[in-house]
Amino acid sequence: MKLGYFPGCSLLGTARELNESTYAVARKAGMELTEIPDWNCCGSTAAHNLNHLLSVALPARILALAEKAGLNEVLVPCSACYNRLAVAQHELNQNPDLKKEVSELIEMDFKGTAKILNIVEVMAKILGDGSGIKVEKPFERKVACYYGCLLVRPAKVLKFDRAEDPQTMDELMRKIGADPIDWPDKVECCGAGLSVSRTDLVARLSGKILESAVKRGAEAIIVACPMCHSNLDMRREDIEKAAGKKYSIPVLYITEAIGLALGLSEKDLGLHRHLVPVVFPVREKPKEPEKAVAVEKSAGAAEE
Amino acid sequence: MEVSAHLAGEPASLLITVRQATGESVFKCYQCGKCSAGCPLALEMDYPPSQILRMLQLGLPGLEERALSSRAIWLCLACETCQARCPKEVDLPRIMDYLRQESLRRGLTHPDAKQIISFHRAFLDSLQYTGRLFEMGLIADYKARNPMSALQDVLVAPKMFLKGKLKPMPHLIKGRSQVAKIFDKARKKEKQK
Repeated sequence: MKLGYFPGCSLLGTARELNESTYAVARKAGMELTEIPDWNCCGSTAAHNLNHLLSVALPARILALAEKAGLNEVLVPCSACYNRLAVAQHELNQNPDLKKEVSELIEMDFKGTAKILNIVEVMAKILGDGSGIKVEKPFERKVACYYGCLLVRPAKVLKFDRAEDPQTMDELMRKIGADPIDWPDKVECCGAGLSVSRTDLVARLSGKILESAVKRGAEAIIVACPMCHSNLDMRREDIEKAAGKKYSIPVLYITEAIGLALGLSEKDLGLHRHLVPVVFPVREKPKEPEKAVAVEKSAGAAEE
Repeated sequence: MEVSAHLAGEPASLLITVRQATGESVFKCYQCGKCSAGCPLALEMDYPPSQILRMLQLGLPGLEERALSSRAIWLCLACETCQARCPKEVDLPRIMDYLRQESLRRGLTHPDAKQIISFHRAFLDSLQYTGRLFEMGLIADYKARNPMSALQDVLVAPKMFLKGKLKPMPHLIKGRSQVAKIFDKARKKEKQK
């Protein structure tokens, strides 16, 4: 399988491990990723907060470059970029006047035909039936699948999963042997764009998410977004200070959890880059073999 | 009469300009309050989202100005929970984007929003000349704009550097003059609105 690839700025910096683990899993699955040549930043929260035209023009340049390079399907692992690209393309396709204005602005032909894929969709393809890929080391952990905002909303535009209680990540986790918990904070906001300017609020919002996952027995939080990851991992000390207690639960990108299950090394997946060490509580007894049967089915509370 | 004040050289009512800019009518909202119930930051806001919409519905310049100078519009995270749960599917996140931009144009921004706005500005300025975000440059620029934040994150930054997550140099894309031009043109057009 061949896909266009838009890493986005975070994946070259604070979210390097998402880039590394995406490439590692893609290599293992025989998937070829072609980076969009000379891509620019999508403009993120800052652009749509301050300048609407810029918030559609920057994604339009990226997509126009993809079209020019003949990349019809583009994987965008960062949820924030994925959201901006998909929402901008949708708006431009709905509004021909704006589309014309933006094409002139970027001085490029923009058709709006690229198919934009998020990392969870692509992982689902990789682990899909008949892909021939094998789970070598089942990831037998109780996990909290945390989707955040940008992967699922606005549902009408993204058409990916339900806006409330989405299931795609949960299904994938079951496929690799994990046990996803049922919890109410899957699509709550971590505070994202205010991470630097209002760290106090972010610590509180992200703290609620951590507490909810830990309280329900999760051993790891699985994310697909660099903002969610940095707020839950990099901002851990701020969260602990605000909550007045310690949390040791690691936060893994979905590609890292799947990579581990496919037998890839921790180093190839970039696990050493986390600020919260990726270590799991030691279990007293090894798991009963009946677990493997439960994994196949989609029964949520099959544990114990 | 306050309602017709815009006819006498005052800025056009937001009722009209919101519609023009976003395609969204504020009258779709019947004030059920689901947006405020689901908003993760409603408790921090001076007016919860449903009240901001109510202020727009009434079309009174005094209330419009209060909405534009609120803290709420800057605390909005654009998480889109409100829109997802709205029975009338009001695109409130898009309206919030418009209100923020109008608030800047009219110079009505809430004093508490200073840090938030300066972060967004530092972010965009960092892109304009390199084409891609340079995280270290962004933080330095933000701190220069907010001397109060000088000590923030001084402990976490070295750790990130050691983990290879902070690059000391920006990525310069080939098309950066093209990106700078997009910024120039988009900023000029936005000001003319």
